[in-house]
This record gives sequence, C-alpha cells and structure tokens, in this order.
Amino acid sequence: MNIFEATFFAAVLTATAPVVLAALGGLLSSVSGVFNMALEGQLLWGAFTAVVFSYLTGSAWLGVLGGVLATVLYSAILSVSAVTFRADPVVVAVGMNLLALGLTAFLMRQVFGVGGTYTSPDLRGLPTLADLGLDVPVLGSQSPLVPVTLALVVAVALWLKRTRAGLRLRGIGQHADAAESLGLRVGVYRHGVVLAAGALCGLAGAQLALGNVTLFSEGMSAGRGWVAVVAVMLGGSRPYRVLLACLLFGAAEAFGFRLQGAGLPQQAADAAPYVITLLALVVAGAAGRRRQTVEAR
Amino acid sequence: MSGGPTVDGHDANGQHANGQHADGRDANEHHTDGREVDGRGVDGPVPGRRGAGAVVALAGRIVLAPAVLAVAGALVLTTLVMLAVGVDPALAYPALVRGALYDGNLEYTIAAFVPTLGMALAFAIPLRAGEFNLGGDGQMALGGVVAAALALNVTLPAGLGVLLPLVAAALTGALVAGISAPLRTRLGVPAIVTTLLVSTPAVALASYLVRFPLAEQGTGNAQTPTLPDAAHLPALAGSEYVTLGLPLIALLTAAWLLADARGVLGYEIRATGSNREFARYGGVAVNRLAAVTLAGGGAFAGLVGALIVLGPPYRFVDGALTAPGYTFTAIAAVLLATGRPVAVPFTVALLTILSAGGPGMERDAGVPSQLTQIVQGLIIVIVAVFATVRHVRRRRNARTEAGA
Repeated sequence: MNIFEATFFAAVLTATAPVVLAALGGLLSSVSGVFNMALEGQLLWGAFTAVVFSYLTGSAWLGVLGGVLATVLYSAILSVSAVTFRADPVVVAVGMNLLALGLTAFLMRQVFGVGGTYTSPDLRGLPTLADLGLDVPVLGSQSPLVPVTLALVVAVALWLKRTRAGLRLRGIGQHADAAESLGLRVGVYRHGVVLAAGALCGLAGAQLALGNVTLFSEGMSAGRGWVAVVAVMLGGSRPYRVLLACLLFGAAEAFGFRLQGAGLPQQAADAAPYVITLLALVVAGAAGRRRQTVEAR
Repeated sequence: MSGGPTVDGHDANGQHANGQHADGRDANEHHTDGREVDGRGVDGPVPGRRGAGAVVALAGRIVLAPAVLAVAGALVLTTLVMLAVGVDPALAYPALVRGALYDGNLEYTIAAFVPTLGMALAFAIPLRAGEFNLGGDGQMALGGVVAAALALNVTLPAGLGVLLPLVAAALTGALVAGISAPLRTRLGVPAIVTTLLVSTPAVALASYLVRFPLAEQGTGNAQTPTLPDAAHLPALAGSEYVTLGLPLIALLTAAWLLADARGVLGYEIRATGSNREFARYGGVAVNRLAAVTLAGGGAFAGLVGALIVLGPPYRFVDGALTAPGYTFTAIAAVLLATGRPVAVPFTVALLTILSAGGPGMERDAGVPSQLTQIVQGLIIVIVAVFATVRHVRRRRNARTEAGA
C-alpha cells in the first residue's frame, strides 16, 4: 500500500475541504467571542439545501448558491438567540444540530419521497477542474471549490491580520466591553461573523454533497462539523494552524478508506478520523500545558 | 464555558450558589415563584393578594414558564413546517397521540420511557456540575455489548445472571465517559467535544464486536445469539415489553433526586455548576467532581445499554440501541426541565410520548416520524432563549427596585 501517490493526496484534499470551510466559520465566530458549536448542523443543512436547489434548478452552481443562502438563513437562529437574546450558544447549538438532523430527514422524505440516501441522474454535481480544462496533478480530480477553499484560508488570515475590520474583530473577541467603549458596534460584528460562518458552512455542505459525491444521505455530515470545532480549538485564531489540523483529519479519513480497501472492517475506517483527532487534542493539550509551566517559571 | 445559565436559568455569578430562586425578591412574590412544576406554593392565601387574584397570578406564571412556552413555540413552528410542505396537522397530531397512547401502543411507550429516563440522568448528572455529556450513544452501546458478552460467555445462576451484566455495563459506561474528565480538567478540552468524539469510535467498536466476534453464526444478521434465560430481565406482570428495568430506573432516579436536593455531594455538584471558581474557593474538589459526575452519567448510559440488551428480544442487535435516538430525546427533556430535577421525569414522559408516537404517525397519516426530532430541536433552542430572557428581565427589575 503506497500512500505517497497522487490519488492519496487527492483523497486527503477531498476529505479535508468541507472541514476546512466549516472550521473557518468556527474560527471567525470564536475570534469574535461567540462559541459556534452549531457547525455540524449547518454543514448538514448546507448539504441538503444545496442538493435541493441543484435538483430544482438543474444547475450545480445555483445549487451551491441556494445552499449558501439557505444556511445563512439557518445560522440566523444562532445569531439572533446567542447575540441578540444572549442565550447560551452551546445549548442553542445542541438544539440546532438536532433540528438540522430532523429537518433534513423529514424534508428529504417530503421533497424526494425517499429516506436514507437520495441520488438521481437529474442531480447536477460540480464539475472537476479537469472537466474545465485545468488538468493539473492532484487538484485535477477536485471540484473548483477546493482551490477556493485554500484561497479562503489565505484570505481570512490576511483579513484578520492586515485589515482594520479584522483588527476590530479581534479586539471585540478579546474584550467586548473595551471595544464597545471605543465605539465599536459589537453586536453588528458578531451578527455578521455568525452569518458569515453560516455562508462558509453552506459552502462546505455544497462541496460535501455536490463536490465529493453527488447525493444526499441522512446525517452525511457525520461529525465533520465537530471535527471543525476541534480544529479551531487546536489552531486557535490562526487560520494556517486550523488548516493543518483539518489536513490531519483529512489524512486520517483517507487513510481509513485505504485500510478498508486493505481488508480491515469498515468500523475501523469509521473510527480512525475521530481517534486521530482525539490524539491530536491530547498531544496539543499536553504540549500547551508544558509551555505554560515553562513560562510560569 | 459556563454551565450555569442552562443548569438553572441563572447567570454563573456566585450569588445563586445556594440553590434556585434565591434572588432577593419579597416574600409574597417568592411564594409562587418557580414552583409551577410540583404545584407547591398554591396552598395558603398569599398576604395582600387573595383568592382569584392569586390563582390568576399562578396561572400566568405557569403559562409563561419557559418550559411551557418552549413546547408551545416548538409545536407552532412545527405546524408551520407541516403546512409549508403540505402535511395536514389535523391528521398528523391525532395520529401522533394515537401512536403513542392508544391501540396497545402505550406499552411500547412505557418501555421507551425507561431508556430515555436513564439517558436523561446520563446527561443531567454531569450538567449539574456544568459539564455536557453528548456521548451517551457510545457509552450506551459499549455498556450493552459488555452486558451481552458477559451473559453469553459466563454461566451464572438466575439472579446473578442479570445483576452482573448490569453492573459491568454501568462500569463500562462510567469508564467510557470518564475518559473525558482528565481531558477536561488537565488539558482544558470541554467535555461536550471529547464525549462526542469518543462516542463515534465507541459505537463503531460495539458494532464491530456484534458483527464479528459475538455474532450469531449462520444467519448473516448483525446481532448476537439470544442470551441464556438466566440473563433475561423479568417482565412485569401482565406485560410483554415492560421489564424490571422500569422500577429499577425509577428507584435510581428517586435516589438521584434525593442526593441532588439533600446530599452533601449534590450540594457540591450544584455549587460547582453555578460557579466553578466560587466552589473551588469554598473547598470543593471541583476537578474530582467533574470526574465523578461524568463517570456517574456514563454509568447510567451503560446501564441503559444493558437494560435494552437484557430485555426483549434478549440480544444485542446492531444499531437497535442508538437508532431510536434516546440520547437526544433525553437531552431535550433535561434542558426543558430548566434546572428543576424534579421536573425531569415529567419532561422525559412528554418527549417520550412525542417520539414514541412518531412511527404511528408515519403509518397512519404518512407523515415522516423525523418530525419529532424537529420538535425536540426547536424545544432546545427556544428554551435556551426564554431561560435567558426571563433571567435578564428579572435582573433588570431587581436593579430598578434597588435604584428606587
């Protein structure tokens, strides 16, 4: 089993892209001081609505657009309850994740008339870069959203570090009252960021359901939103570190598929990404602790 | 991350560490405050506000309680969803109630109440200390597998044949949930994340064990063989599906309620949940409590796994433990109880009826049973909003009075 070949790297990118997009949303929210644990539900909602709009319009790109808009709308639940009404964002997120699971499963039966998995030849998936005439190695088999994802990581990093709005957002996250006293409209920034996270999760869902595959199945986000939450914990407010954490997860998932191909049971492949993610948390946590102790001396 | 606001609708700011509704309001107000659930506070005339006025005030408080508003709001929104996709609510809701309570379905509903109540404790016990246990599925599945493996491989006399698997399953669940405690206290990773991350591999491991080493040979079904008779939980008289698990879980729930309200440990747990630093200052071993509550919750989840496996059909069927969604029905129920443990059995009963009626609704009215998940999700979101709004309003009133 050779893991150092182009197809393996391609598989890693495929597995990583949706997680990175969701994690960018989580990162922006966390920088502004809102704990966004509803990524899982938003990712699932994005995947479902992208499929619905692709089915209704017959165009994959309109599907992506519809998915993004619908998920922005969905993320308004978090922005209104946690920012306007100051409800506990963790509890709201638990509710939103469950709601997304129920809504998608219910609507799928009503709209498509099937449960479990929906796919159809009429459903338009995203083209690969090779289809568009850009047959570069590794990236050629990916949807155009994959390079967009990488570009967004750079964009978010630059925006946070180099722009006035990015600086203000970081200030709000560090001390909301101080930022408010300087005349910043904390609520506006937080609403904007949570809705932007919704847009990113919608994009993530569209990539998952129209890019990686062309179908929707119940619960297809399968914990990726939670892995994104962990990636934000590991990477803090640094987008490149978050990307690295997501790549670790993507590599674990791609490796799990290889293991399955090599005859290991499917359950091992299911478990691999989570075990790796947990181990990464433990290692990073222990390292952070050691660093703190050293600094304390 | 503070568990305070969710545990009892209060901010985590120390002054509420001694229990619920200890906010400084006058005695008249206090008499009817927040006691809607157990009906106390009705007896005896309230000075200055007699007879009908008091009844109206009480009725107002019941109607405006976050739990009632949340259920009502969730049902209204769900009805809108139904109308939007062309489902007739006048058909769906009666079918839901029939599916849960009529035509001999009540027995299934009571049977589903047992695991849901158990999973509610699995979530509620750590929540009282401010920790979220979302990994109930994994704790339950591994508990169930251990119970099945023990019952299949060790020959035991009748009484012990049930008791030992139950205890082993509880210990397994405690261990699986306990993993998250050092991650929380030593590395600072919230339990809400680690419990969930442990859960998926745990469910996968249970599934693997049931499909391969413990599988029933020759049938190709993903299930264990039927457990020996000595490991069957006795059914209650006159019932086929309701087992000894019902009185057992009722007893354990009563014990928890008592310990929570009156015990020293219960007090320390509540203090930690209200304000972790304040409790630490007061001499509470908060890190040890995180481990104790997480393991305690996990023990209940493991126990539920064993109760399902040792009950009809007396075997571990892959997916049968996690598919009904007991874990999240229970989480919705606990959050709906808004920090009043006494209310938990009632909210669990309500949400069990809602989710147990789902299949009946699907059969009779053709409405997908996933509708019940929508209701649960909405309940959680709305109750979170109302709990804070009420608290903020009350604090604002208190401030105005103090200023006057």
